[in-house]
Amino acid sequence: MTTATTDGQSAAQPAAALSPGEIAPDFTLHCTADQTISLRELRGHPVILAFYPADWSPVCGDQMALYNQILPEFHRYGAILIGLSVDGVWCHGAFAESRHLHFPLVADFEPKGAVARRYGVYREGDGTTERALFVIDDNGIIHWSYVSPVGINPGADGILNALEALSPTLPKSDGGDSDFCKSEGVVCAPASDTMARAIASMGGKS
Amino acid sequence: MREHNEARLVLAVGARDHAQGPSDAPVTLVEYGDYECPYCGSAYPIVKQIQHRLGDRLRFVFRNFPLSEMHPHAEQAAEAAEAAATQNRFWPMHDMLFENQEALDVDDLRSYAHAVGIDAARFDGDMQEHTAAARIREDFLSGVRSGVNGTPTFFINGLRHDDSFELAVLLAAVEEAAGALQRHGGATAS
Repeated sequence: MTTATTDGQSAAQPAAALSPGEIAPDFTLHCTADQTISLRELRGHPVILAFYPADWSPVCGDQMALYNQILPEFHRYGAILIGLSVDGVWCHGAFAESRHLHFPLVADFEPKGAVARRYGVYREGDGTTERALFVIDDNGIIHWSYVSPVGINPGADGILNALEALSPTLPKSDGGDSDFCKSEGVVCAPASDTMARAIASMGGKS
Repeated sequence: MREHNEARLVLAVGARDHAQGPSDAPVTLVEYGDYECPYCGSAYPIVKQIQHRLGDRLRFVFRNFPLSEMHPHAEQAAEAAEAAATQNRFWPMHDMLFENQEALDVDDLRSYAHAVGIDAARFDGDMQEHTAAARIREDFLSGVRSGVNGTPTFFINGLRHDDSFELAVLLAAVEEAAGALQRHGGATAS
């Protein structure tokens, strides 16, 4: 049902994670059973792609829950966060609901791992993706990428440093915004109705 | 694994911190934790044992990293600990919270405030006005910028501890840091 599109680019499979300066391969993937997200729709915003091995990692400090908590910081930079794994949409939906995630998870499910392969972060032996991060600038160029040892949650410091480099005029967090912890974390200015609906459906608590 | 770890504490331990142990101890162990996180609850007695084993060779610092999206009581528990801190009772409250993780409602927190012997009216006022919210956020953001990747996250002399926090592993890492510093210190002195 879900098909990764190549947007006219070659569907090359790089041996290693794509590097800064390279064009971020476009994709269209399902975030729910009847909604998709396309990378190209997000032009004009920094985009964070967080590939992770699987939903339901058995620790409460798991990477997606952590990013959910940090989401207001990403939003300060106008950035849109997307989680990607090879899990299907129903799995993603249950996981997102359980963790109260306020950002979309997309399913790199069919053909399995096709998008991860094009970003050079598919793990053949495991059938999952690497734990890999890409920060893409508002023109669709990879600004920063990082592959973490698969067992180690990379945290968010690298992402924030990259976003800061993309928005040098934005002041660093100063701890002065006491609304931070209560923010509902709705993504700012989604690039399309599809995206808006997707995000509204994922962050439906607000 | 160590040499690949680039995550370091960006906010140095200082006067703003809640610390146990001498400031010139060879090892400083910093925990970013959440009072409602069960893993932090498991780590709590382990840290106590490590403090007992190391004695004056260890300084332990606790900073707040409430994952409030997952743990609905985490933020108010952190505020309670910080409210107690303003009355010099941070550590008794910290211990009380970790020993009663399943009961962190506002009424529970008030009873802990009473139990650790702080002024109730002042405590209530701090809780209602969220006096500590800015400080907790400062802790949280300092953790984010340091590479905190879940709770608990430990830093040993400023370097993120990426291994397990089970007693044998964390103790060995702390002892290693103490030994390394003493060896290095001895070499420098001679």
